[in-house]
Amino acid sequence: MTSTLDETERLASPPAFQQVSPARKAKNALATVLVWLSFLIAVAPLVWVLYTVIANGIKRIPYTNWWSEDFGSVLSDEVGGGVLHAVIGTLEQGLMCAIISVPLGLLVAIYLVEYGGGSRLAKVTTFMVDILSGVPSIVAALFIYALWITTFGLPRSGFAVSLALVLLMIPVVVRSAEEMLRIVPDDLREASYALGVPKWKTIMKIVLPTALSGIIGGVMMALARVMGETAPLLVLVGYSAYVNWDLFSNGQASLPLLMNTERATNSMEPGSVGFDRIWGAALTLVIIIAVINLLATVVSRLVAPKKK
Amino acid sequence: MRPGDRIFKNLSTGAGIVVVALIALIGIFLVVQAIPALSENKANFFTSRIWHTGDPSNLEFGILDLLAVTIYTSLLALVIAMPISLGIALFLTQYAPRKLARPFAYVVDLLAAVPSIIFGLWGILVLAPHLAPVAEWLNSTLHVVPLFGTGNVFPNYSGTIFTAGVVLAVMLLPIITSLSREVFDRTPTAHIEGALALGATRWEVIRTTVLPFGKSGYIGASMLGLGRALGETIALAVILYIPAGKHFDWSLFDGGATFASQIAANYAEFNNPKSAGAYIASGLVLFVLTFAVNFAARSIIGERKAD
Repeated sequence: MTSTLDETERLASPPAFQQVSPARKAKNALATVLVWLSFLIAVAPLVWVLYTVIANGIKRIPYTNWWSEDFGSVLSDEVGGGVLHAVIGTLEQGLMCAIISVPLGLLVAIYLVEYGGGSRLAKVTTFMVDILSGVPSIVAALFIYALWITTFGLPRSGFAVSLALVLLMIPVVVRSAEEMLRIVPDDLREASYALGVPKWKTIMKIVLPTALSGIIGGVMMALARVMGETAPLLVLVGYSAYVNWDLFSNGQASLPLLMNTERATNSMEPGSVGFDRIWGAALTLVIIIAVINLLATVVSRLVAPKKK
Repeated sequence: MRPGDRIFKNLSTGAGIVVVALIALIGIFLVVQAIPALSENKANFFTSRIWHTGDPSNLEFGILDLLAVTIYTSLLALVIAMPISLGIALFLTQYAPRKLARPFAYVVDLLAAVPSIIFGLWGILVLAPHLAPVAEWLNSTLHVVPLFGTGNVFPNYSGTIFTAGVVLAVMLLPIITSLSREVFDRTPTAHIEGALALGATRWEVIRTTVLPFGKSGYIGASMLGLGRALGETIALAVILYIPAGKHFDWSLFDGGATFASQIAANYAEFNNPKSAGAYIASGLVLFVLTFAVNFAARSIIGERKAD
């Protein structure tokens, strides 16, 4: 009799929660460790790369001649000179690229959001923007070489570089602008239409200003991205150790091109002039990219629509 | 329709058409420029392993080795980067403390902001000396496997496919992570809570809800990473050592050149249209390859979005 009672008691009150078995616990712990580890693995090279750039690059950066002179008048193993010529090239080529790709990219985004709807062309455009964002920078460079230099017979120049960078910048601008335009509430557009404002004026005066802060942020990040590109520079412009303000003729240096030229032609022994130059240029480039990213944040805060 | 409206609509539609036309133009221009060089090519373009393009009157070039090295480096990078990116994406969406998830994600994205030439220089000047002992050990213990056989740049363990693949893997991390993270974040809360209510551990929740939900997005993201890896230029041009007169021999410790790095390493030959045409022909193959990979990746991701 007692045994049956025991049995019913057992059945009547099964434990609400089974103890988690050791094997499951172990698997869970292992997964947690692996997941944390993979994050640390991603952080390690970032810290290592930044440390390398800063520790090796800091030697020349604080001198004013680094920022105000070029390498034209110093020998390849002579301490001195600066990267003014490369900074000018990087900024000029980047700026020219932005001047072309920002209006074009914005118009594409406006088309996709305001006019395209679900039309066939809009779908194809969206897809092609995706494909364009996957085109390798060297292929963009070859295309511009085939178009600008072989077909038109124009000289290699900083402007040709800008054109290749346009291909790389457009998809980034379109993507970020499209995202920003889509989150502009339809109420704003409808209110504007209700007042009899034409569509194009609504876009220019209502939709764009509302999305402006996000668009500026996206554009500047895209700019920072293309300024670090090296592949198009190799094919499309020659290196010059002198300051050249002219985008349309002769060689023009830029920071990545300078790094690649020094790497190929100068000593890379730690402590040598060439070594200091490439890491100095690398740090200069990182500083420029960081400043642009910082500006992007500040500017987009300033022009952001006021919140209550 | 008011004239202002018509002009503005046509302008923006035109811009859309320009972008579509651009892709077609890239293909057309590359083909047109490649044909003269291809027609004078004395070797078979697809099966030859020689690359002699310095003399425009005597062109001899084939892409077999370039293709092999490109695929080898990209796959090695992908094999390393895929599991780590999966871990990072899970960490950022499931494990990281809520408040820190955004700054942590920003840190991973910073990896994508570092110019690739800096990765290349870091890879060859800083990382390679540290990787060399690992490569040497793998080579001496596992040399029976062709993958770890003695390379064609022996005893150089720096400028190898192995080093290039590791550096490339680091560059792929932010790309694969950011898209996977987006997809994992969209896992329906009801699924997760359901699994939790059944008494699943955190890992079991991920295995039964997050992973099945995000699988296709993760695969799409990895393929985008592959597309990026195939076209990476300057980092690989800086790292890979090109041995003169030797062929690729299926070892990770071989040197060589990918489609992209070959072009970057020989930019000096872009002084005449014939030699340039040979490089444009190899660039065309790269364009087709990346187009196909990106097309597939976008289709997978697009299907996901349509659900």
